[in-house]
Amino acid sequence: MSEPVKFHFDVAGDNFSSAGEASVKVKKLLRQLSMDPETIRRVSIAMYEGEINMVIHANGGTADVVLYPDRIQIILADTGPGIKDVSLAMQEGYSTAKDNVRSLGFGAGMGLPNMKRYTDRMEIESEVGKGTTVTMEVFLPGANA
Amino acid sequence: MTVKELRERLDLQILSESDPDRAVTGGYAGDLLSWVMGRAQSGDAWVTIMTNRNIIAVASLADTACIIVAEDSAVEPDVIALASEKEINLYRSPLNIFDLCCRVGSLFDL
Repeated sequence: MSEPVKFHFDVAGDNFSSAGEASVKVKKLLRQLSMDPETIRRVSIAMYEGEINMVIHANGGTADVVLYPDRIQIILADTGPGIKDVSLAMQEGYSTAKDNVRSLGFGAGMGLPNMKRYTDRMEIESEVGKGTTVTMEVFLPGANA
Repeated sequence: MTVKELRERLDLQILSESDPDRAVTGGYAGDLLSWVMGRAQSGDAWVTIMTNRNIIAVASLADTACIIVAEDSAVEPDVIALASEKEINLYRSPLNIFDLCCRVGSLFDL
């Protein structure tokens, strides 16, 4: 069995205009690999929301995408302020984003809920003052995960 | 219905039209980008008044058929250039969101 394909991206922390570049690149790569469109949509939206979160809250971070035969894993890691109450952050509509972020159409409290909605498995490890790592997996259609 | 047919029937202004033959299968309206990504379906015509650069990424990732900017909301040249680069169909209309959605809905017998 060959090694899984891996991609690594650095997500810049201060730039809303370029936020999402990694997700768009991943979308393109998955399309080149002829993945089915709904899987591509789910992976790229979940990753984009995570990227935006890192830009809004954590001054950026890293995104790693690993392609396994049966699933796609996305690991988003930052060294930001951490999430005080993960279950509260998971509620639709709950947001700590500032007004300048909201004026761009973000900060609606839908980021984490969308990431959960579009993935089959999501784990959040967060420590206040240290940072947050979100690991998400999307199972490939037909795979017995 | 193709995006081009939709554009002709609603008399939309072309800001960028890279994929006129893309099929439109429904519509979605909204300005909160995460909301749009969570709820819009692939193939929807997305109606919004939001015009910052992030709408291009959202349309691309959510795989909407096109963006229709309502109320002649101003769109910066760099956003139009980005739409062309990312091959996103981007249109504009003087109608407000409600009227525009009614028109879109009438095309789909909603």
